[in-house]
Amino acid sequence: MLCEMIKARIASDRLWSLQRQGRIGTIAPINGQEATTVGASWALDPTHDWVLPQYREPMALGRYGPEVLNRFAAWAIGHPAGGHIPEPIKVFPPQISLATQILHAVGLAWSQKLQQQPGCTLVFFGDGSTSEGDFYEAGNLAGVLQVPVIFLCQNNQWAISTPTNRQTASAGFAAKAEAFGIPGVTVDGMDPLAVLEVVAAARERALAGNGATLIEAVNYRLAAHTTADDPTRYVPAAELAAAQERDPLELFRRQLEDRGIWDRSTQADAERAGERAIDDAWNWASHLPLQQADLFDHVFAKPTTRQQAQRHGLDAFLKGAQ
Amino acid sequence: MSVDPGRDETTMTMVAAINQTLADEMQRDERVMVFGQDVALSGGVFRATDGLLDRFGADRVVDMPLAEAAIVGAAAGLAAGGMIPVPEIQFLGFSYQAMHQLAGQVARFRYRSQGRFSMGITIRAPFGGGVRTPELHSDSLEGQLCNIAGLKIVTPATAADAKGLLTEAIRDPDPVVFLEPLRGYRGIKGPVPSGDYRVPFGQARWAAPGDDLTIIAWSYQVEVATRVARRFAEQGISVGVLDLRTLVPLDVASIVQAVERTGRVVVVEESAPTSGYAAEIIATINEHAFFSLEAPPVRVSGFDTPYPVGMLEDSYVPDVRRVEAAVSALLRASA
Repeated sequence: MLCEMIKARIASDRLWSLQRQGRIGTIAPINGQEATTVGASWALDPTHDWVLPQYREPMALGRYGPEVLNRFAAWAIGHPAGGHIPEPIKVFPPQISLATQILHAVGLAWSQKLQQQPGCTLVFFGDGSTSEGDFYEAGNLAGVLQVPVIFLCQNNQWAISTPTNRQTASAGFAAKAEAFGIPGVTVDGMDPLAVLEVVAAARERALAGNGATLIEAVNYRLAAHTTADDPTRYVPAAELAAAQERDPLELFRRQLEDRGIWDRSTQADAERAGERAIDDAWNWASHLPLQQADLFDHVFAKPTTRQQAQRHGLDAFLKGAQ
Repeated sequence: MSVDPGRDETTMTMVAAINQTLADEMQRDERVMVFGQDVALSGGVFRATDGLLDRFGADRVVDMPLAEAAIVGAAAGLAAGGMIPVPEIQFLGFSYQAMHQLAGQVARFRYRSQGRFSMGITIRAPFGGGVRTPELHSDSLEGQLCNIAGLKIVTPATAADAKGLLTEAIRDPDPVVFLEPLRGYRGIKGPVPSGDYRVPFGQARWAAPGDDLTIIAWSYQVEVATRVARRFAEQGISVGVLDLRTLVPLDVASIVQAVERTGRVVVVEESAPTSGYAAEIIATINEHAFFSLEAPPVRVSGFDTPYPVGMLEDSYVPDVRRVEAAVSALLRASA
């Protein structure tokens, strides 16, 4: 897990600098949320369990194979192939419209239940997303249908610049589970083992036919919201410094060192592997072929007559402009 | 009049045709499931899903919590998971509460995932005016829906088409919004072919042939236009009615043929005119058949107001008198 967390941090930092070089568009770093994402994914069975990310998690889903990072790099560049995570990887493309994916997860878990599949669905969303109607509709529906879904709220304390006390007056986000008639659990999101444990328990409940669980993983957004954000305008410096003291990569590394299963050389190996993973992903993504008329692909299974005419029109125009 | 010569036919209402088609498709493919508000125990507020719960059970015919976004959003997940969801939105006007799932998610999942996730979903929704409903029950939002790339918008006007187009919709791998006219559920009755009957999308139908002028319409307004055509036929004036059947995909070729044949066009819609679908039809005519026109095309629409209360709706929804007046005026202007 620590290797994967290091890999995610390196990918996040690399994508940040690629954006600063003007080589990719806006990107949302994952710094501070690696333990939650990796710990949760480690509790899942990639053959049977679905993961629905928001837009940070894909860089920490190595549990589901290196292709997820490849596709995320393509997504970051703005290549259409970035949204296509091929079969049989059970990961959805990044979601930009916050909280909508929570309802998709309920539907997907419902399909698993109806088809008696031996798996569950885990969906990531943030503290801000819990203010959306879709969060409440999804929690309510999951409670009624008793579907095998795990709601994982990444409480990183900030929805861009909005702190959690402007999102809710509840005593935490897990408390909202009570209204759905499902269990709610709060866990230290800076500790991957703690997250692994609660997600594993939720998965066991789901697979036993006992329905949904809401987990609030309390972590901290150590970087900006995105490359377009300046958190120094609103994050108190002392609060950030305190959170940096609890950097999940450092905490977990020290824990493993204390147990004598991690040292300078394993750290160096993990860092090299991380660099290689994002190198490979970037290399793959930046060499994908692309035609401008590809923008018409995959709207429908078969394009309409109108779309075909528009495609030919664009093609002809672009050729004429050359 | 026979719909499909050589087939057995039964005369039934549009709602009966819809009910029978849902049952047929559920029987054919066990992945097909129906869910929405009040669709199971009560059989739907219009009884479109009557009897399905008894026949197919509570796993496949499901009463949902009262939340439109949940209905549409869950459908997206079900489709991704291999089911064939046929959710119902109780009245189209309430789809505003699901629009972020419909426009922002369902319509673009195939595109976003570059073909990985098909959204083979048929969202059924009654719409249109004329039955004195409270606010938002009668809104015609098809113009707004047609502006969302990735959705197919289907608007049957006959009982036979309700069956043929609904069958096609459920078997289509892409999301279809299937719009059912409130007034037509029991007000429209006709022969319906038995057996496996499909009507392909994007093929308009001549509801009445004509040489002097074409009324282009969809859904319940085809019925209105046909009555208008009959009245002109009594005066020896040949008014044709082109029923578009599906708005997306649009049968541009038939529209062009209609203009070439008659030179005069009246387009009828029940929504507000500004940015409505009639505007799209007329723009299409201008692009493809401008020089076949004898006179500028005319539209008969609602007005740029919200759909009004019951005592005012007869003045808002196009009816025989307004469509007839528009046809007469256009004939006079181009005589």
